[in-house]
Amino acid sequence: MELVVFVIAAAMVIVGALGVILRPNPVHAALSLVLTLFGVAVHFVALEAHFLAAVQVIVYAGAIVVLFLFVIMLLGVDRTEDISIEPFKVQRPMALVVGVGVIGLVTAAVSSSRDAIGRGNGLEIPTVTGDNDSNVRQIARSVFGDYVVAFELTSVLLVVAVVGTVMLTRRIKTGKGES
Amino acid sequence: MVRLLALDPVAIGDLLWTPLLIIILKVVAIFAIGLLVTMFMVWFERKAIAGMQNRIGPNKAGPWGLLQTLADGIKLFFKEDLLPDRADRFVFKLAPYLAFVPAFLVWSVIPLGGDFSDGKNGIVTWFGEQTRVQLADPPVGILLVLALSSIAVYGIMLAGWSSGSKYPLLGSVRASAQMVSYEAALGLSIATVLLLAGTLSTSGIVANQDGFTNWHVVSTGVVPFIIFLLAATAELNRPPFDLVEAEQELVGGFNTEYSSIRFGLFFLAEFMNTVTMSGIIVTLFWGGPQGLFDIPIIPGAIEGTIWFIAKVLLFLYVYVWFRATLPRFRYDQLMDLGWKILIPMSLGWFMLMAALRLGRDQDWNQAVVAIVSAAVLIVCAGLISMAMKVSRANREREGATF
Repeated sequence: MELVVFVIAAAMVIVGALGVILRPNPVHAALSLVLTLFGVAVHFVALEAHFLAAVQVIVYAGAIVVLFLFVIMLLGVDRTEDISIEPFKVQRPMALVVGVGVIGLVTAAVSSSRDAIGRGNGLEIPTVTGDNDSNVRQIARSVFGDYVVAFELTSVLLVVAVVGTVMLTRRIKTGKGES
Repeated sequence: MVRLLALDPVAIGDLLWTPLLIIILKVVAIFAIGLLVTMFMVWFERKAIAGMQNRIGPNKAGPWGLLQTLADGIKLFFKEDLLPDRADRFVFKLAPYLAFVPAFLVWSVIPLGGDFSDGKNGIVTWFGEQTRVQLADPPVGILLVLALSSIAVYGIMLAGWSSGSKYPLLGSVRASAQMVSYEAALGLSIATVLLLAGTLSTSGIVANQDGFTNWHVVSTGVVPFIIFLLAATAELNRPPFDLVEAEQELVGGFNTEYSSIRFGLFFLAEFMNTVTMSGIIVTLFWGGPQGLFDIPIIPGAIEGTIWFIAKVLLFLYVYVWFRATLPRFRYDQLMDLGWKILIPMSLGWFMLMAALRLGRDQDWNQAVVAIVSAAVLIVCAGLISMAMKVSRANREREGATF
């Protein structure tokens, strides 16, 4: 059963990921991204990280991709792009190099730690007790306890980004001819 | 496998025939109830509005016109299914299901009954198996509702885009902007409830509301409930926030190009969302299946269902009442209400409740905590209103007309 779930979710992730890079229509690519995110959410559920799964769907599928779609639709770039023109010449070879590099690194990491995966590797795997909310509690402890400084800094970063965007778009006209 | 399925006490342990049958029975029952209730809701709305407007309303199909919705549904099935030339075929066909399926799935996490009084946890025994009167009780409960409502946005957004025409596109951008904005206020007022309940699971939230003073509408101090009701009405695209289908002053909206049963699915999803949202309001704020008093003779579990249905009916009536009495908001008023009033207010109230909770845990003087928090909130409200005045003055200086 767990294998079946894993295979289906993995297929969703891979098909979605291929869709993102292969579909010529940006809206279809964004929808494929949603498929990938759902696949990852299913993986989270299978790993009993229910909270992460819900947040994955709410934040990524519900907010971020919706934002992508807004931009795509409002800018009117929702037509099939002519991708034979290359605006930035080194981009494709670079992408190839980076892609192969990442695959190599991941393969190396997995093969070098093959014995450690799934066995007693010294890491404490938090067990899910009968308590329904242990998931949320564990995340809250680490976010608001161990990593509170990083968490607060991230929120400051987000606020700075929002304020900066508002400042850039809402520039007050001070005189004639200036914009 | 067992752990994957542990959303319902019935599925814990070996998978036998009885639990499996109970789960299948529950799924079928929820599906049937969902459709029937939606049918009833359409009839109820038409009949109630007709009454308020001094008309008769549907009265031909079946007794009191009860079968009118069924007749309309059959008619929709036999209508021609148009597919615009410039439509994106796959997405155009997919969109109604993206609106419809989440509407249905919300049913699965609402506790529809069970005895929660005096600290009982609402587990009932059917055919010697322990289960709940709700399809699933996942640990993330209420977050699932939020997740599904964010998926429903896709249905509307893609319906408008895939029609390949400007007006549905504008309509869908209008609709999804509205839904995304009000989701924030919705989430923040849910957070206040979660703060008190201390759990995300819907059955846990209901179990926490034992007795009227513990109902979250009372114990969170009414404000989150009002915010939730307003935000939910906007999220449902119901009047007075029904700019999505303001056919008098704007073109219909995202579903302009839809016809036949594809339109029917959007329609069905909208009404089903109204019913499920009433269920969510009752679950979060009005104690779900918890009763005000014991109904004599009837056993506890059935009593819960009776209370639940009564409360949901009350909210369905409130929604119809809203529609019959309130004029529609203008789009900028809608956005102002959402962003400038509801979101700051729900955030402020959430902080206040958190401060009171912390004060109680730390044994601080509650009165001092309340006064200090109120003072902070008033200062924040003053700052926000000043900021709004400044930005309005700036806009006016720029010569913008809005």
